[in-house]
Amino acid sequence: MFEHEDKNMALNEDLQSQIGERDGIRDKLKRMCRENPLAAVSAVVIAIIILMAIFAPVIAPYGEAEQDLINRLQAPSAEHWLGTDELGRDLFSRMLYGSRLSITIGILPSLISLTIGVVAGLAAGYFGGWVDYVIMRVADVMLSIPSLILAMVVMYTLGTSTVNLFIALSMTGWSSVARVVRSQTLSIKQSEYVEAARSIGVGRWKIMFRHILPNCIPSLIVLFTLNVPSAILSESSLSFLGIGVKVPAASWGLIVNQGRQFLFTQPWLCLAPCVAIMIVVLAFNFLGDGLRDALDPYMQR
Amino acid sequence: MKYFLKRVIGTIPVLLGVVLLIFVMLRIIPGNPVVILLGEHYDQATIDRLTDLMGYDQPILLQFVNYVKGALVGDLGVSYKYSRPVTEMIMEALPYTIRLALMAVVFAWGLGLITGIIAAVKKNNFIDRMFMGVSLLGVSMPIFMTSLLLQYIFAFKLGWLPMTEEGTFASMILPAIALGWNSAGSVARMTRSSLIEVMQADYIDTARAKGLRKGAVIIGHALKNSLLPVVTMMALQLSSMLSGAVITESVFAIPGIGRLATTAINNRDMPVLQGTVLFTTVIVIAGNLLADFLYSVLDPRIRKGD
Amino acid sequence: MEEKNILEIRGLKSYFFTDNGVVPAVDGVDLDIPEGKIIGLVGESGCGKSMTVRSVMGLLKYPGRVVEGSIRFDGREIAGLKENELRDICGKDISMIFQEPMTSLNPVIKVGKQVRETLLIHDRSISREEADRRVIEIFKKVGISEPEKRFNSYPHQLSGGLRQRVMIAMAMICKPKLLIADEPTTALDVTIEAQILRLMKELRDETGMSVLLITHNLGVVAELCDYIYVMYAGKIVEQAETFELFDHTAHPYTQGLLDSIPRIGRNADRLHTIPGVVPNLLHLPKGCAFCNRCELAEKSCHDQGVELREISPGHKVRCIKPIEHKEVTGS
Repeated sequence: MFEHEDKNMALNEDLQSQIGERDGIRDKLKRMCRENPLAAVSAVVIAIIILMAIFAPVIAPYGEAEQDLINRLQAPSAEHWLGTDELGRDLFSRMLYGSRLSITIGILPSLISLTIGVVAGLAAGYFGGWVDYVIMRVADVMLSIPSLILAMVVMYTLGTSTVNLFIALSMTGWSSVARVVRSQTLSIKQSEYVEAARSIGVGRWKIMFRHILPNCIPSLIVLFTLNVPSAILSESSLSFLGIGVKVPAASWGLIVNQGRQFLFTQPWLCLAPCVAIMIVVLAFNFLGDGLRDALDPYMQR
Repeated sequence: MKYFLKRVIGTIPVLLGVVLLIFVMLRIIPGNPVVILLGEHYDQATIDRLTDLMGYDQPILLQFVNYVKGALVGDLGVSYKYSRPVTEMIMEALPYTIRLALMAVVFAWGLGLITGIIAAVKKNNFIDRMFMGVSLLGVSMPIFMTSLLLQYIFAFKLGWLPMTEEGTFASMILPAIALGWNSAGSVARMTRSSLIEVMQADYIDTARAKGLRKGAVIIGHALKNSLLPVVTMMALQLSSMLSGAVITESVFAIPGIGRLATTAINNRDMPVLQGTVLFTTVIVIAGNLLADFLYSVLDPRIRKGD
Repeated sequence: MEEKNILEIRGLKSYFFTDNGVVPAVDGVDLDIPEGKIIGLVGESGCGKSMTVRSVMGLLKYPGRVVEGSIRFDGREIAGLKENELRDICGKDISMIFQEPMTSLNPVIKVGKQVRETLLIHDRSISREEADRRVIEIFKKVGISEPEKRFNSYPHQLSGGLRQRVMIAMAMICKPKLLIADEPTTALDVTIEAQILRLMKELRDETGMSVLLITHNLGVVAELCDYIYVMYAGKIVEQAETFELFDHTAHPYTQGLLDSIPRIGRNADRLHTIPGVVPNLLHLPKGCAFCNRCELAEKSCHDQGVELREISPGHKVRCIKPIEHKEVTGS
């Protein structure tokens, strides 16, 4: 009998989510904050890190490239919270500046690949036929190539620079978004209200963007939140390999790359940026999991 | 088997797409690749001769057809830098990557399954929370961080294991753990949630009503069912594992496929890069087919369509 | 008449400890199953009948557990037994058939192996060949055609009726003393239902086992059962021998259940239903649990709890004002 009650509750939630679509999201977010404090804390952590990135010049005790050759490779101290690197640059300040690039590279390419994925998925699901076949085969192709290796190829072709890194990372994440949007489009396309809209002559683009897209938004929020950490990881991996961000720009991955030669003597040069990456990725993962449970409980991992 | 044959045939357009995509991407670089290759210090006659030799004066479509033809008989071109057949270089590197990946998979599956099962059995108690916390940490750690940490602690500080690849089994342990760490976290989380779900199924009640003890129920009845989604996920993980191999091979100086790709980029050695990408993609596709096959072995319902 | 009870339940309480409060799913149930008899346990879904037998089998799902009470099987106390000791009894001496044949068999294991497993658990000395032979034999007995072929079938290849026969085979293969059937025919077609019920009765007649049949359908128990318990909101509200219960129905709830069986020859243009729904067990009325749905309820029904009392030998009812029956000659 309790399974029955559970089912009824799930059913009710389902109904509620269908009735109050727009208001639903805000209510669900509130409920998530109450029931899943870890996700809420993660959201706060992310907000703090973003603020720190924005106000890096204000917070940082030293300049981004301010060298102090006398105080090279210092251990963490009151003066240099995280020590200094081989050119005497303050690691904490460098990481603050580096966070700007690392965070932007997490968010911006994810937004771009989300957009590409939405358009591709909508088109594939709505038009079907050969459009669907071509788009989904291209998505298959993209998914078959390991993402880091695909990004490496793009970097080879375009040359290593920060802008090209954005392009490389934007190209890799869209296929999984396209798959989700496509399957949702397919199911919504059959629904009565889309049939009704079509019967009174609403144009296909309007149906896609006004009627189908809003229904995908909960999934898209989740996908976006989970895409950001993987973009951050890809960026740091590429920079770590020396084919991502180039000096004098700094990103956390690049700082690890430069600190690597001092791993056995000054391990904090590697450890600090690694931990920073881990915290951000962890926070986004927690938030993404929480959002998925709150907004989209039926979504597959 | 019909179903499986269909799946194999279905991968052909994807494979061709991969070759085409990589081919085009590596050739939209402006300028004659021969000039890039030789630098500026060669006379026009040498450049022309090489261009002709490598077929770069032909239309791109013809170049593509020639490349595919070559690839089918195992000829992936010649390295710019080392003037050796790419296939030969890949074949040299491949055993290292395969050994690394296999060890990593064994580690990830072993650790992930065991912790996932324990966490599911001890659902919501301290052990469960601890395992799941650690696994989320595992999923969130960049591979280079795991690699550097392991190298620092177990090779440098404790001196238990070799710092870099030396051709011995022991020297592959740290790289394999570093590479498998993320996957182990995902496998553990997936196993846990899938097992908890399966344990709610009616047939688990049947098994217990029969008189099976808890351990036998989990091993005999729940595990096989709960492995289905884990197998699917593992196939997807193969791709990210090959991405990760690029990093671990770099940190631990393993002369595998990933290292080949990294050096190819630094040397601007296009044929080698093209070959390695193609190869890793073939491995991913083969892994997906293998997962499909495993799935049908585990789940008789899939075989219905035969 | 001296009857030995194979199962005696006394004061069984099984509660669910949910976030919203404690749910008394089974609240002080006494139940006897005499040897060789078929006993019916009747009630709407959610009244606690499944929870009662799940308590016996140790199959309560989290966060449910047996709070107090005694369960004696064949003279032995089995409430509070260790999990492994209980498992040694389950499947061998007490076996169970579930409601949903579609989901009660493991989808990835051949049905023959699933049936054989029961045998192998409880008889370590049996050889595999002997076990296979016994499975084929029991398949024949429960009416599975082509038993050798079916042995190697997977559940999804069988129809619902066949799957339930497999479940019965699995339950019967160790020749249990008590078979618990939890709504075994609810998910099946009416024609299949009759076949399965007849099969269960035949098996009882042949082996002399006891059967506890759980159902929400009084029509089913009328044909099959010797004695009937009616359960409502976690408590037994009426119990009597089958004929007594049908002829001298005392509890308005039982009457409601009886009236809702469509019958040929009776005024069929209106199907009787019991008004309202099963009450939320978290917020039971202070008095009789049924009072809010009872057409005969008085003020006192709402105010004070009711005990189960005997109104004639072997007939107990939990009602302040049980229905009076005028003795009609020839009834």
